[in-house]
Amino acid sequence: MDKFLQEQILRMSGVNTRKCMKCGKCSGTCPAYDEMEYHPHQFVAMVESGDIDALMQSNSIWTCLSCFACVERCPRSVEPANLIEAVRLAVIRQQNANHLKAQEIPENLEEKLPQQAIVSAFRKYSK
Amino acid sequence: MILSYYPGCTLKTKAQDLDLYARKSAEVLGVTMEELEEWQCCGAVYPMASDEIATKLSAVRALENAKEKGQDLLTLCSACHHVIKRVNHDMQTNADMQMKVNNYLQLDEPYTGETKVVHYLEMLRDLVGFDKIKEKVVNPLKGKKIAAYYGCLLLRPSDVLQFDNPENPSIMEDFIRSIGATPVETPYRNECCGGYVSMENKKLAQKKVDLIISSAMEKGAEMIITACPLCMYNLDANSTEHKLPIVYFTELLAEALGVK
Ligand code: SF4
Ligand code: SF4
Repeated sequence: MDKFLQEQILRMSGVNTRKCMKCGKCSGTCPAYDEMEYHPHQFVAMVESGDIDALMQSNSIWTCLSCFACVERCPRSVEPANLIEAVRLAVIRQQNANHLKAQEIPENLEEKLPQQAIVSAFRKYSK
Repeated sequence: MILSYYPGCTLKTKAQDLDLYARKSAEVLGVTMEELEEWQCCGAVYPMASDEIATKLSAVRALENAKEKGQDLLTLCSACHHVIKRVNHDMQTNADMQMKVNNYLQLDEPYTGETKVVHYLEMLRDLVGFDKIKEKVVNPLKGKKIAAYYGCLLLRPSDVLQFDNPENPSIMEDFIRSIGATPVETPYRNECCGGYVSMENKKLAQKKVDLIISSAMEKGAEMIITACPLCMYNLDANSTEHKLPIVYFTELLAEALGVK
């Protein structure tokens, strides 16, 4: 367990994992549930126990849609999406760890793709 | 009524219709949209981490410019609205961010969230009023069955956005009624379309979009309206089973007001 990393994630996200009552509502409402190795409620539990490495290596940080459904519907205001974002940042803030590279953009361009799609993908997947 | 206006980068390029018809309609409704002289891209995604400061500065600059003019700040794109509204909330409530941002910007007077952020739909509801719109409609869209797609960014998190009831919103349905059409409520109107992953995980986006479109069709909708250029693109480009016309709400407004 990496105590330093755990503290960093908690500080960046502003989440108090101890507020969670493990009801699973966040995962129940998550539109990316089927596509995730670890689900929103597991982020809360695994950050609490310091199991950050597994989260950093999971696909969940890229499939979370940042829709804030888990934030809105958590009865304890835990804000799981903030934790997922913090873990994602802990990954892409490392050297050469960007999930989306500028070179990959041209092949993904479509006539109708709005600027917003490119800007937001960069925000979420690159530093 | 004069409002400062923040268009955002997409409305200057791929979503010009959203912008154009908003301006034409505003004129009819007696609202002047005064575009900020200088603005930068808001970044399209609200940076959630508490140590992200630089990524929030463009929103603060837009808010500060409106404050200097003593005007409310009008937004139209759902993403711009989301980012600017949440950054403004941070500037009102987060002392650490207030200090860091103001230390950096060195304004004559520190910015602490004074500007009011108003989305175009909120402007229609709260400043103009749907009754007034009804009076101004010359070409009511009678009999048209329209589904409103809210998506995520206008509604959540509701304690900050304070846009409408996040689970049972009505502002877009009321808008549809005001232009003489019939709203069709669909179960996925406030669930995510997967827009953020539409570029690098098409499969996931397609799955979400198909659910939204097919449920709207089942309910008898003839078209879907949105305020978000990313939802517009995603709902249109990534539907694999059925197609429905996806239209910016401002285009219908302009049509009803006779300025399209
Ligand atoms: S923000 Fe991410 S984790 Fe939360 S419900 Fe949406 S997709 Fe799921
Ligand atoms: S909804 Fe909230 S309280 Fe329930 S499991 Fe998720 S984080 Fe915990």
